Amino acid sequence: MNGPRTRVLVELAQGAGEAGVREVLSALRRALEESGLAEQVEIVQTPALSGSDRGVAVAVYPEGVHYRVTPQDVPRLVEEHLKGGRPVEELRASPPEEPGPSLRLGRQVRVVLGNCGLINPEEIDDYLAAGGYQALERALAELSPQEVVEEVKRAKLRGRGGAGFPAGIKWEAVLRAPGPEKYVVCNADEGEPGTFKDRLILEGDPHKLIEGLVLAGYATGARRGFIYVRGEYTLSIARLERAISQARQYGLLGDDILGSGFSFQLEVLPGAGAYVCGEETSLLESAEGKRGWPRIRPPFPASRGLWEKPTVVNNVETLANVPEIILRGADWFLSLGTEGCPGTKVLPILGQVKFPGVVEVEMGIPLRTVIYELGGGLLPGRQLKGVLVGGAAGAFLSPQELDVRLDFDSLREIGATLGSGAVLVLDDTTCLVDVLASVLSFFHHESCGQCTPCRAGTDVLVRLVEQVRRGEGDERTLKLMLETAEVMNLASLCPLGQSVALPVTSALSRFRAEFEAHLAGAPCPRCQEGGR
Amino acid sequence: MERLVKLRIDGQEVEVPEGTTVLEAAEAAGIEIPHLCHHPELSPVALCRLCLVEVDGRLLTSCNTPVRAGMEVRTATERVKRLRRLVLELILSDHPLDCLTCERNGSCELQRYAYEFGIEENRFVGPDHARRELPPREDNPFIRYEPGKCILCARCIRVCDEVQDRHVLDFAFRGFSTQVVTFLERPLTETDCELCGQCVAVCPTGALTEKERRFKGREWELERVETVCPFCGCGCRITLHLKGGRIVKVSGGYRGFRLCVKGRFGLTFVHREDRLKVPLIREGDGFREASWDEALGYVAERLLEIKEKYGPDAIAGLASAKCTNEENYLFQKLIRAAIGTNNVDHCARLCHAPTVAGLVAAFGSGAMTNSIDEILDADCILVTGSNTTEAHPIVAQEIRRAVRRGGTLIVVDPRRIELAELAHFHLRQRPGTDVAWINGFCHLILEEGLWDEEFVRERCENFEEFARAVERYTPEYVEEITGIPAALLREAARAFGRAQRGMIFYSMGLTQHTSGTDNVLAIANLALLTGNVGRRSTGVNPLRGQNNVQGACDLAALPNVLPGYQKLSDREVRGKFEAAWGVKLPEKPGLTVVEMFQAALAGEVRGMLIMGENPMVSDPDISHVAEALEKLEFLAVIDIFPNETTRFADVILPAASFAEKDGTFTSTERRVQRLRRALDPPGEARPDWEILCELSTRLGYPMSYRHPGEIMDEIASLTPIYGGISYRRLEGEGLQWPCPSPDHPGTPFLHKDRFPRGKGRFHAVEFREPAELPDAEYPLILTTGRVLWHFHSRTMTGRVEGLHELVPEAYVEINPADAGGLGIRDGERVRVSSRRGSIELVAKVTERVPQGTVFIPFHFGDQAANVLTNPALDPVSKIPEYKACAVRVEPIER
Repeated sequence: MNGPRTRVLVELAQGAGEAGVREVLSALRRALEESGLAEQVEIVQTPALSGSDRGVAVAVYPEGVHYRVTPQDVPRLVEEHLKGGRPVEELRASPPEEPGPSLRLGRQVRVVLGNCGLINPEEIDDYLAAGGYQALERALAELSPQEVVEEVKRAKLRGRGGAGFPAGIKWEAVLRAPGPEKYVVCNADEGEPGTFKDRLILEGDPHKLIEGLVLAGYATGARRGFIYVRGEYTLSIARLERAISQARQYGLLGDDILGSGFSFQLEVLPGAGAYVCGEETSLLESAEGKRGWPRIRPPFPASRGLWEKPTVVNNVETLANVPEIILRGADWFLSLGTEGCPGTKVLPILGQVKFPGVVEVEMGIPLRTVIYELGGGLLPGRQLKGVLVGGAAGAFLSPQELDVRLDFDSLREIGATLGSGAVLVLDDTTCLVDVLASVLSFFHHESCGQCTPCRAGTDVLVRLVEQVRRGEGDERTLKLMLETAEVMNLASLCPLGQSVALPVTSALSRFRAEFEAHLAGAPCPRCQEGGR
Repeated sequence: MERLVKLRIDGQEVEVPEGTTVLEAAEAAGIEIPHLCHHPELSPVALCRLCLVEVDGRLLTSCNTPVRAGMEVRTATERVKRLRRLVLELILSDHPLDCLTCERNGSCELQRYAYEFGIEENRFVGPDHARRELPPREDNPFIRYEPGKCILCARCIRVCDEVQDRHVLDFAFRGFSTQVVTFLERPLTETDCELCGQCVAVCPTGALTEKERRFKGREWELERVETVCPFCGCGCRITLHLKGGRIVKVSGGYRGFRLCVKGRFGLTFVHREDRLKVPLIREGDGFREASWDEALGYVAERLLEIKEKYGPDAIAGLASAKCTNEENYLFQKLIRAAIGTNNVDHCARLCHAPTVAGLVAAFGSGAMTNSIDEILDADCILVTGSNTTEAHPIVAQEIRRAVRRGGTLIVVDPRRIELAELAHFHLRQRPGTDVAWINGFCHLILEEGLWDEEFVRERCENFEEFARAVERYTPEYVEEITGIPAALLREAARAFGRAQRGMIFYSMGLTQHTSGTDNVLAIANLALLTGNVGRRSTGVNPLRGQNNVQGACDLAALPNVLPGYQKLSDREVRGKFEAAWGVKLPEKPGLTVVEMFQAALAGEVRGMLIMGENPMVSDPDISHVAEALEKLEFLAVIDIFPNETTRFADVILPAASFAEKDGTFTSTERRVQRLRRALDPPGEARPDWEILCELSTRLGYPMSYRHPGEIMDEIASLTPIYGGISYRRLEGEGLQWPCPSPDHPGTPFLHKDRFPRGKGRFHAVEFREPAELPDAEYPLILTTGRVLWHFHSRTMTGRVEGLHELVPEAYVEINPADAGGLGIRDGERVRVSSRRGSIELVAKVTERVPQGTVFIPFHFGDQAANVLTNPALDPVSKIPEYKACAVRVEPIER
């Protein structure tokens, strides 16, 4: 294949716009044009190469040299490295004075993110060169659908969407369900505030997801699959569409895949901006073209899902694990993580840490390690106040709980949840009441309105927490918040409403003093500033 | 056999059929579980979350959890009670507590639970509630919507979707801002809404209420009277809610809550000021008020005078499909016994005379063979010549529901009526060619071996002659006649031929032709051939248009039979009646409606008595009717309003409306039901039966009954099909005839083991062209019919402001191709002319009508379609050809 000899990867991370990504890109294009290298060097935009706030991360492959550059640095980079072949040492990214990204990479175990940032996600050949679609080839040639299901079951792969339900059990139920029509649906409606792990996979390695989906289809007897993607993820959608058409051209998708007789069609469905559609039954309703409201379960999607047919619904990260499991075997997968939760977990680290970003680590990694090693610890002079683990619907943990291991079971033991895996670090400049108020206003905005507890409960909670913020409430306000949380937890129709209770109860039990202080005294500065 | 499941609820052992929900099982055991979104007729959504229970320790909503054997349900643990209370408090957190003036105060389900749970203080109430602040909406004639009182239970949405199949309402926005809205929040009148008000009926709070009832009475002040809707033949049992002699609202209906717009919102006409209140006698060009004594005396005197001078056959009477069974019985008794003629008929002549003639010949009895509640189980439904949605809304609801369940729907109608949009097959025949396509169906069913050979052999006769007759009706031949593509005919015939339970519905579109009787015979052939008679969810089902047209026929307001279709020509039958009535009865069959007017023109009929009919709108070729009425020596009319016909009267007698008298109506499914007096008649108006008794007595044939119940006893003693019917037995759901004895439960479907005539008879019928075909001068075919919002000659619905506003005047539907050729644009006024007259109305350019055919609703007196229609008669049943005549449409010069 005749292609460019060299690829330059340019980071397209959140906030990168300010750091001059656009300027770096245009400077690079100009410089390549001027030096006559435009044909040989391909520019690839890729998500989050690293987590620093200086310059724009750029990497040159195949050499694998990482830089941080400003637009002014670009001509030198082109001249010396791309033309001259000598890496520009001064621009290399690895700050000597702090434990930086290289170290973080060292702590990471990248399975689902293995190719992210390293290959061109818009070229199927890159994925193939990195060993892509070998798992599919092997499964179609050597394994029966039942055997694929067995391997996934044996690997104890648990759903990475938040609930941690064993994927193999879902697959088996769909495989065994009667009838010729079955579906596989990928839940890529990543809407949890502060969670952007699936996006990295979608943008950075779409073929891995597609391979996982085809394997899921083969294993369960489904001949059609859908990827329901958060509508705002325009780049993800574009890359998926491109990847699907490439896979189709290569005979890895569509009719008679690799001459095996197995056919599988795949479609991308963009979401329309409702958080609740991340809940699987709402997602199915929305995919059917209806209002995205949760269905009553049972029946579960595995028996009556999309168009009432047996349906596997799996998260992006879950499916992206499948090719590696099939290729390397369940035993390899079991060697990672904990006994109950093998494998890795992609974690978004955000909040007041030095290096916010996305990492992939073994399940069971202590929270402390995530914050202090991978996240680089707190900013200078700051104290840790608490951590919100698992996304907006997660639990607030106190600094005394940093030794908890991040996996489904360990967190459940302390009344928390792994959820999406997001780790939001809060330092002593934050106010818990303020943070909870912002979490609650998110749920108020996103409650679908179907059932009473969630519809009215989110409204009541927002009003009550505002009272606390303004110092207008009393002990009774806190009691009412807890009562509302209880009825939401026990009586709501879907997990959205049920899960709102956790941030409320965890904040009120672990940080009650802060709430009481608001009731007693003048409003805190944060609350005054953020009050609405 | 349904399996039973045993479970325990609050320690009590309960056994219920599999598939029952926990909520239903608890109710069956007498344990009440509070609920708001649940409605027994709607699918469960479990969104209010009030019906929580503990099942084996887990919290579940009982409305959607099916029972399981061995389940341990606890409905009232402390936890459950606390959570339910919290749910209620949350609902109340944004509910306006304006119970002081809320129309649902006293019947509000939320209010009831708030009281039961003792929620005195609203702990969660907030200051700013956008939805609560939304203004009420009243942008339609009948329904008031207060978004703030809506608890988002989705009952209205579901009833509109699952029952009414209109899908007009849905949720919009989300979360706390969620609202029930129409598409783009348009007024209901700009959506597919039929204003049936089912949404109002199921609303648990004051969010949806009847506009009309506002501030007219609190729930607990309202008196309730159970009676029957006076509009179409569906026979909905309704409850009138009254205060101070006024109808405040209407509830009830099919399955307890289903009505159409007319039944729910169209009954206020009884209170109109222009009701006839005193007897009137003609004086010059006007009328003067008279006492009952004077008026009745005058009527008797003039009728006796005519009888004396010209003989009894110079007098004719029109009874009424709107009056009770008892009144129709008395009317024909008066004409036959007191006057001594059989010249009695009524508007059934103009609707289902061919049904009676045809089905009596084929089966031995001329009525709808099956029942409305069997529709749901039919697997194929054939609707022809019936715009069911507009003329029989409740039947249409059931047809739509059957289709939703997977039933096949075949509609044969030139117009693209609402059901056609839902149909699997829509066959658009040229008007007046029904025998051809029905024979075509039979031809194909025979050819493909889809007929019920055993049924035909065991239960039918004259098969060979019929089979020979349909031989030439190949699909290609039928296409030539009817314009229905051969392939489509083939597929539809196959679908009907393969049905296990095929149900046929038809109405005026089939009967109002010069070939009306043949059409009915052909339909009967199709049902016999496929064995679709005598079983549940099958049959030949003529839909009767008037609330009591069935009863008026049953009680012999017909010129050729005595009550219960007993033959006038039968000496024994006559003897029975002569003995009971104490007079000699005339043998010669009397005149039919159209013949009466022809006879009046010819000077053979000199005096007429008309009870509750308006032939000046409803009869064909009205100019001709006017001439006839003009020519009469004497005309007495009994009615509730002055109308187009009373203008010609010499005496007008004011009658009580349906709400002001006792009696019975017989619905289209042969169900005899009690009408109950809820109001006093206005002024001096009296029930028709009283008027008839007084008049008969003055005619020298005394009648004295203290109550209509006594009349029914007399009917039962002389009429075998009503033999077991008495007022005592008519409490509740009524009885379906035949009901021959006091212990007989009534008959939901006819002809189970045998036909009244013994064997079902096939008839060889041939296609004949309609009496008038389009030509160069009158190039279009006119067909007529009803609209949902109006009833018949609008004597009632024209006086209900909301209904009047919806369709205030007549219009002509014309296909764009025809309109284009004539230079007619939508909304323009046009002149429609036939050989008999012309009218001016607005053109509606629409593909609802096929090219070459135009449609005019016949309700409107001053733009009467029947100025145009052709009085040519079916030779057997004497029905005029309303559904096909030749007309010309032209733009009016601007």
